[in-house]
Amino acid sequence: MREEIKKSYFIAKKDMGTYYLKPPLISWGLMLPIVFVFAFYFRNPMGIKEVVPGLIGLTLLFSCTSMAAIVITFEKRIGALERLLLAPLNFRTILLGKTLGSTLFGLMVAVFITLILIPLMGLSVKHFWAFILIFIFSGLAFSLLGILISVGVKEVFEAMTMSNFFRFPMIFLCGVFFPVSSMPFPLPILSYLLPLTYTVDGLKHSLLGDKGMIPLTLDLLILLAFVILLFSLSLFIFKKRIRQEF
Amino acid sequence: MVDAIRVSDLTKFYGPIQAVDHISFDVKEGEIFGFLGPNGAGKTTTIRTMVGLTQPSSGTAWIDGHDVTKEPVEVKKTIGLVPETSNLYGELTSLGNLIYQAELYGVPRKERKIRSVQLLEEFGLKEHQEKPFQKLSRGLKRRLTIAAALIHHPKILFLDEPTTGLDVMSARGLRKLILNSKKKGLTIFLTTHYIPEAETLCDRIAIIVQGKIRIIDTPENIKAQVKETEILEIGLDQLSEDLKGLLLSLDGVEKVLIDEKRIRFHTRKLDQVTSPIIKSLEEQGAKIQSINTLSPSLEDAFVKITGFDSELMRVDKPMKGGPES
Repeated sequence: MREEIKKSYFIAKKDMGTYYLKPPLISWGLMLPIVFVFAFYFRNPMGIKEVVPGLIGLTLLFSCTSMAAIVITFEKRIGALERLLLAPLNFRTILLGKTLGSTLFGLMVAVFITLILIPLMGLSVKHFWAFILIFIFSGLAFSLLGILISVGVKEVFEAMTMSNFFRFPMIFLCGVFFPVSSMPFPLPILSYLLPLTYTVDGLKHSLLGDKGMIPLTLDLLILLAFVILLFSLSLFIFKKRIRQEF
Repeated sequence: MVDAIRVSDLTKFYGPIQAVDHISFDVKEGEIFGFLGPNGAGKTTTIRTMVGLTQPSSGTAWIDGHDVTKEPVEVKKTIGLVPETSNLYGELTSLGNLIYQAELYGVPRKERKIRSVQLLEEFGLKEHQEKPFQKLSRGLKRRLTIAAALIHHPKILFLDEPTTGLDVMSARGLRKLILNSKKKGLTIFLTTHYIPEAETLCDRIAIIVQGKIRIIDTPENIKAQVKETEILEIGLDQLSEDLKGLLLSLDGVEKVLIDEKRIRFHTRKLDQVTSPIIKSLEEQGAKIQSINTLSPSLEDAFVKITGFDSELMRVDKPMKGGPES
């Protein structure tokens, strides 16, 4: 197990160092969240306090899923994924490595945005450790979502397009800009099925003084359940696709 | 000698297409074993199945005693594979690629850089160690891909079409490296569609056509399959295709092969056919430049065993998309 984690870390380290400058990652994983933040900030500099949790969640979503799309599809296209399949690694180690790389990249971008927004808006962090765990669980869940989408396609652009089918509706359904409670029925049902809802809710607890719709512990547990579910599903599909394609 | 590789009744279907058809063979420790066949014969499928990249439809392979279908991770620890496309990471440097492979194969931390630098020196890549893989020439990429396959001191090295697409000098250099690896005790399994390459490198050859092995033996023994045949080679100033039909109709001539300005006649009655052949050529107005008798080559044996024209073996497979230059 220790050896597996070590090798996953090597995969993640290589992915982080290799892919952070790829154009699709810069446009979708870095520029889009930053543009969102600036667009809201310049419209009403002091009025975006309420949407800061949503903007941080959105940043995490876009940066993690974009990196995940790159690390699988790009390597599949150039044949480099085969190198991992040739090494003495099992599917779980490879998937863990790819997930970790995407999560670390997403966390770096989201932390950067958070470190700008929190002092700028005069916010403070409550429930510090829960705040950290929300970042980690959300990053893992979003990366796995990206991987789940990208294992099924061949090209990077296909993975990005497919990801947008999930990402754009999430912007409106997960309480990023307006609360889930104010949405007409049946939209809240969809909201409860998406991980970003619990990221935003948890961040609202930490940054806006317990303004979440469900308890913070429940947000964390649901996000953890998403991580476990998405990892199992991704592993199953990853194995199946690789056996079909190779 | 102990078997380094044992393949038993291996079969692979891709949908309705049978790529590999019940093949069995073994490879002894320390030998270079070659799979020789035209493109599409099933060579790459066999290699991919043997290293655990592809699941066999039936049968199995034991690599260093490990069943590839049951212990794929153990098999991967024992082997190094050089795929047909040099597929290292384009953005990483030569040294970076080797260190990353060392990490993945569990080479101890202290040894990773030492081993990588040692391989770069051995493969003549030291001066390119800081160059990204994508900036290397095709020949250097191939060398680095082989070096990467050796990073963890494997017992068995698999090479899929090692010299395809390389210029003459690079291919020659690479063959030397392969022979040096054998001297160090490595068992090597390679696939090729170049008959002279198989003859130069391999201790034993399996000729594979349409997924089936036609013969397994040493190059000398395979050539002995056509021992009874003699070859008369005549060099001409110019050649026309019409001549082939005419010459084939001569009594005692079994096969006529035309190669640029040379004609090769395969016959079992050399004494009886030489004069009629020369006479026929002169009657057609051809000017004879040279006459030689030759021993049968591996190419002749291949033609006899498979029934295929050896021209088929000179066709390169189109290169797949990948980080090749």
